[in-house]
Amino acid sequence: MLQGFWFGTIAVLWAGFLMLEGFDFGVGMLLPFVTRTDTDRRIALRSIGPVWDGNEVWLLVAGGATFAAFPEWYASVFSGFYIAFALLLVGLILRGIGIEYRGKAETANGRHWCDRAIVVGSFLPALLLGVAFADFLRGVKMDAGHNMAGGFFDLVTPFGLLGGVVTLTLFLFHGAVFLALRTEGAVAFRAKVAAKRVAPVTAVAAVAFVLWTAGTRGGWLSFLLGAVLVVAFVASLAALWLDRIGLAFSASALVCLLVPVWVFSALWPDVLPARNSAALSLTVHNASSSHYTLVVMTVVALLFTPIVIAYQAWTYWVFRARVGAASVGHGGYEETVVGRLRHAASVGTDGESPAEPR
Amino acid sequence: MDATTLARWQFASTTVYHFLIVPLSIGLTALVAVMQTLAYLKRATPAGEVWDRSSRFWGRIMLVIFALGVVTGIVQEFQFGMNWSAYSRFVGDIFGAPLAMEGLIAFFLESTFLGLWIFGRDILTPRLHLASIWLAALGTTISAYFILAANSFMQHPVGLVYDAAKHRVELTSIWKVLFNSTQLVTFPHTILAAFMTGSAILLSVSAWHLRRDGELVDLVHRKVAGLAVGVLLVSVVGVSIVGHIQGQIMTDQQPMKMAAAEALWNTDDHAPFSLFAYADVSQGHNKIDITVPDGLSILAKNRPGATVQGINQVQAAEAAKYGPGSYIPVVWLAYWCFRLMIGFGVLAGLVAFGVFVQWRRGKLTTSPRMLRLATWTVALPLAANSAGWLFTETARQPWLVYGLLKTSSGVSTNVSSGVVLASLIGFSALYGVLGVICFRMVRRIAIEGPATTLPPPPGSDVIDEPVLSLV
Ligand code: HDD
Ligand code: HEM
Ligand code: HEM
Repeated sequence: MLQGFWFGTIAVLWAGFLMLEGFDFGVGMLLPFVTRTDTDRRIALRSIGPVWDGNEVWLLVAGGATFAAFPEWYASVFSGFYIAFALLLVGLILRGIGIEYRGKAETANGRHWCDRAIVVGSFLPALLLGVAFADFLRGVKMDAGHNMAGGFFDLVTPFGLLGGVVTLTLFLFHGAVFLALRTEGAVAFRAKVAAKRVAPVTAVAAVAFVLWTAGTRGGWLSFLLGAVLVVAFVASLAALWLDRIGLAFSASALVCLLVPVWVFSALWPDVLPARNSAALSLTVHNASSSHYTLVVMTVVALLFTPIVIAYQAWTYWVFRARVGAASVGHGGYEETVVGRLRHAASVGTDGESPAEPR
Repeated sequence: MDATTLARWQFASTTVYHFLIVPLSIGLTALVAVMQTLAYLKRATPAGEVWDRSSRFWGRIMLVIFALGVVTGIVQEFQFGMNWSAYSRFVGDIFGAPLAMEGLIAFFLESTFLGLWIFGRDILTPRLHLASIWLAALGTTISAYFILAANSFMQHPVGLVYDAAKHRVELTSIWKVLFNSTQLVTFPHTILAAFMTGSAILLSVSAWHLRRDGELVDLVHRKVAGLAVGVLLVSVVGVSIVGHIQGQIMTDQQPMKMAAAEALWNTDDHAPFSLFAYADVSQGHNKIDITVPDGLSILAKNRPGATVQGINQVQAAEAAKYGPGSYIPVVWLAYWCFRLMIGFGVLAGLVAFGVFVQWRRGKLTTSPRMLRLATWTVALPLAANSAGWLFTETARQPWLVYGLLKTSSGVSTNVSSGVVLASLIGFSALYGVLGVICFRMVRRIAIEGPATTLPPPPGSDVIDEPVLSLV
């Protein structure tokens, strides 16, 4: 019972992560394609600036919840996918530093490095997450101690790569629609074009992946969810062509939400299927914590999750205004530039060159 | 090197690095919140303007540091599963709970409200904006509470039963874990150490400006230096008092740790507090030892004549209890880390006291040597923090979870040493580069100093009016 609840909760945490960080990753990867000037880039990044860190915590909590509710699962997956997770971490580090330090970098060169870090740091997780999900679905080789055997390259299969392409292109699409919705001017226009370009690739990859999975794992429920997923994506595309951006974003958010739900429904009751022998699979039963721990965690989750969702939703409401050239002019990190310039001009500087105007 | 040694280096290096940043984040977030509160309370007065400019200036520095804390923290969260999967299986039932609570209760709070604080200055009302920084500061403190509860469980496991069939420990009481006696002293000790660290960086930067500009210095630096000296002095006293209690609890719970901390090889009543010792592990005695008579007996038991157990005796007792093997940690490391923690901390307190005295004598801006010394203050608590953790964690060895699981049995068995080595090198290189970037950025912002004017209120067309000229 409680095991089922926690299996579902972890699916929900992943769903929140994909829906929210999905567009953050997308915006990061799209930087070179939808921006021309520094102002453009600041507009694009400003659209995710206030929220990306809070969005990332969905991943941390998904990890923490897995540790607390299914320690065996946490231990097997993180040690077994060691290299993939190390690369994921490198990506998240690069991206976080890039976003946070860009506004404070003093030279154009520094900002270019930050841009590169953001692009690479968004690309790596976007690809690796799909590969990892595909490998869960395909199953892994495990021994009796639930330790995964095999190395990194066992995980990089055609099926795994296809999964990677699905999340990568889905996030590109989701991020482009997000930019079209949340920014104005040239960035929004180019984002719309980008979304239309990437959409066919996403659609083909997603359909292929859902069909391929249906052939190997899951029952009618997961097939149904897979079908809903594809339909929602088509709906999002249609709304985009009709220029109903709000609708298009809602639909692509739904697609991102459904991806982990669909993956988890295909896995159930396994959490990590063993490819070499079904008896070695990790299931919600043999991987879970004790009853008492699950009760404690359930109480905590029921108490705090609604609060978190409430204040995060409020944040999006606070920052609901579209981001344009005017909104990146002052405030945020750059708030004191004028003051600093004045200061530099009036008292002279201590060997340090004054910040260049942006 | 084998995978266990490498995994230990990996964990130690990333965690010590994380904890170089963490105390600065905890301390600075709270101190910026204090500055902004003062600005709010004294708004529309000259003092209010000064506090407003201080909170903006220090907010910028805080954000540069905070970002590094966030990205290095993500690594921490996943490392247990990656390098220590056997450990994660063994304790996950208990250890995972505080970790998950930390994420759900603390990380969401701090990251969401910090985002609101950064970008909401012109959108939120001043009260809500002020509330955001306080909520972010609260988030950092809650995060520290849960993660330290997890760590305290490893020092002093409570609230558990051992399930032999599953070879793991299971939780019997979450309250015992969250209100572990070890935790109740570790948390205040660590938080007060974080306030020391935060106020020390304030003092360092202010002292630099005071020395450069003398009487012409921006008022911001005078006010901030005052705040810093006050907080630093109070927290150094607090840390020492709590540390004393902590030492007594530790003597009781992990006698080997106290013996190692003092390089006390044989049980002694009237145990001395050693100031300098040179130990020879294979011989089981100290070659050189300079001591304060009865000092250790007082530290450990509050009585001059109290008996303190020595390393040899604890070793014999633990071997009888847990089976043959060595239960002695690296004594010189424990011994010196313990001394350096206290030494550096006390030194930071002395510097703050020196600044305080010069100030009272009205000679603050005319004592360049004092100010030059004070510019280095921040290095002291940073070093004390690392020494404290190195002591706490290494003197627990060979145990990973005291009395229950040895470090050698906690490591992932399916991760090859080559892979761990590669990631150790990779993360060290990445952390090194980021450290340099972060340091240079903080240094640049600190040297530039606060804006001399406040930005225009939102919605006005006036670019900026000088509200405050240099004093
Ligand atoms: C939640 C648990 C936890 C927390 C809060 C900390 N540690 Fe720890 N520490 C461990 C859990 C742990 C561990 C998993 O138990 C390690 C890994 C290997 C070991 O022996 O213990 C460890 C080892 C370890 C070592 C290496 C010891 C050795 O291998 O000989 C160092 C230097 C530190 N830690 C330092 C720190 C610092 C600076 C921390 C501050 C953030 C810290 N630890 C917090
Ligand atoms: C070894 C165990 C630790 C783990 C697994 C861990 C985990 C994390 C994670 C995942 C983050 C990022 C959160 C975000 O994105 O906002 C983080 C940041 C943070 N951690 Fe740790 N941490 C550890 C040790 C500690 C300790 C001992 C403390 C406090 C005493 C601490 C205090 C903080 C704080 C205040 C932050 C906020 C960001 C910052 O420091 O700048 N952590 N930690
Ligand atoms: C007279 C002063 C002090 C005493 C008696 C003292 C005592 C202790 C003791 C006994 C421990 C080990 C606890 C354990 O392993 O169970 C400890 C840990 C630690 N100390 Fe201190 N300490 C003092 C000053 C400081 C100062 C000034 C700092 C930093 C600015 C500091 C930072 C730490 C840290 C970060 C730890 C590791 C976390 C913990 O276990 O609480 N200490 N201290």
